[in-house]
Amino acid sequence: METKKQLALVIDLNVCVGCHACVTSCKEWNTQGAAGPLTDQNPYGADPSGTFFNRVQTFEVGVYPKTETVHFPKSCLHCEDPPCVPVCPTGASYKRAEDGIVLVDYDKCIGCKYCAWACPYGAREIDESQKVMKKCTLCVDRIYDEKLPERERKPACVLACPTSARIFGDVHDPESEASRAIREQGGYALMPEWATQPANHYLPRRKTALRVDPQELQRQDNPLKVDGRLPPPATSDPALDDVTSW
Amino acid sequence: MRPAWSVLLLTTLIGAGQGLFLALFASDLLFDPQLRFILWGAAISLALLAAGLLASFFHLGHPERAWRSAAMWRTSWLSREVIALPLFMGLVFLYGLFAYLGRESLVIGILATAACVALFICTGMIYACLKFLQEWHTPLTVVNYTMLGTASGLTAAAALSAWLQPALSRPFALAALVAGALAYLLRLASLSRNTRLRPKSTLASAIGVKHPRIVQIAQGAMGGSFNTREFFHGRPREVVRAVRWGLLALVFPVPALFLIFSSSPAMLLAAFLAQFAGMLAERWYFFAEARHPQNLYYQAIA
Repeated sequence: METKKQLALVIDLNVCVGCHACVTSCKEWNTQGAAGPLTDQNPYGADPSGTFFNRVQTFEVGVYPKTETVHFPKSCLHCEDPPCVPVCPTGASYKRAEDGIVLVDYDKCIGCKYCAWACPYGAREIDESQKVMKKCTLCVDRIYDEKLPERERKPACVLACPTSARIFGDVHDPESEASRAIREQGGYALMPEWATQPANHYLPRRKTALRVDPQELQRQDNPLKVDGRLPPPATSDPALDDVTSW
Repeated sequence: MRPAWSVLLLTTLIGAGQGLFLALFASDLLFDPQLRFILWGAAISLALLAAGLLASFFHLGHPERAWRSAAMWRTSWLSREVIALPLFMGLVFLYGLFAYLGRESLVIGILATAACVALFICTGMIYACLKFLQEWHTPLTVVNYTMLGTASGLTAAAALSAWLQPALSRPFALAALVAGALAYLLRLASLSRNTRLRPKSTLASAIGVKHPRIVQIAQGAMGGSFNTREFFHGRPREVVRAVRWGLLALVFPVPALFLIFSSSPAMLLAAFLAQFAGMLAERWYFFAEARHPQNLYYQAIA
């Protein structure tokens, strides 16, 4: 099982800017793709509602002024042990053996919503018009489409992300970009307490600080004992490096 | 969780139908019930089960595909319930038919009892098997469904026998009192267990940011979504508290008064109706008090 392919997304919270481009591109692709339509109810009215595979939420961490805004894209995590699959009474929900994508067969789904109860992440949404359960397909109708150029055989959300916050790949292949990102940048799973082993991972926020040592600005060791005899040059004056070339 | 009326009616109606059958079969073994009592009892039990089955269809988005739901009985308790319910209904029908034809119905009765117990277990396990719904993930869920169903069925049997065969009414009323008291105590046990629960998931584990203070600013949709409708009961705290008091009064104390102090068919019917209303309140509260971990992602509407 471990060696088989498990496709997944790795989402970098450090670079996500919360622009919702993944949400709109997902909706656009999937409402007209094999999984569509993703119907909306009252889309231009006072109380709009609709079916989405992907949503971006925003959280504020900390107490002002020490706060950080975290934009959090949320979609099906394609768990390795998906609790939504065994509870389905019809077998409409299934996990593909060949690539680990969790899918719903809309022709078998009876719309009982039991799988949505069984998902701790709230990743499944019923289509209120078609009355079947819908969820992220990892754009299964894109990623294997040989009519598309190879670089476009990725989920729509990955292609749309302007900051490359979304990495798509096989998390069971230790050399894939996704696996490397998880391994080297502290990738983590959501709600590990339920042992669902989500395939999607998130990369944490990171602090990038520029460290400047005083010695880099002014020599401290003074080897020729010459510093201090003359007033130090203004920092705006050209340095030796700027006027000579060896 | 949002209480769904179809599910509330399904579980309470079939519970009463199952309890009524158990009462009939027990009286068949212990006493000498008249034929018309058995026939009326089996018919009413079947009617309750059929009404529950009918209610369950209103829960489905595609009721015309309901037949598919028997497929995954190896993994899904819901699928097992879908098989157990019609099976039990068929056996109750055969039990009544054998009694009508004057044939020996002991074997059918035993088989139906087995199906009845299996159905109680399936119904309870649908909820108890969801491990992250901590309020439901306890053996008490199965025990409560079983005991409350049995108690309401015995109350129904007491009312029915008061009308058709008054000699059986006292034993049934006594059994309903004992089963009701036991069911009530076990439900109190699960209520007190659930008030002491601490949620395993927190906002920190939900988004993976290790900080004690996280506030949601936006939940990704201007209006509501399926996630904000299905998993929140949306009622003020006073309503939830009132339903809790309602269930505490109606599940046992009120019907117990009727069962102790009266033996008229009308009063015992009132006892059954009060208990049934209490079971509906109990089921509503069962859903309303369950806090789904997905609610962590939907704390603000922005």
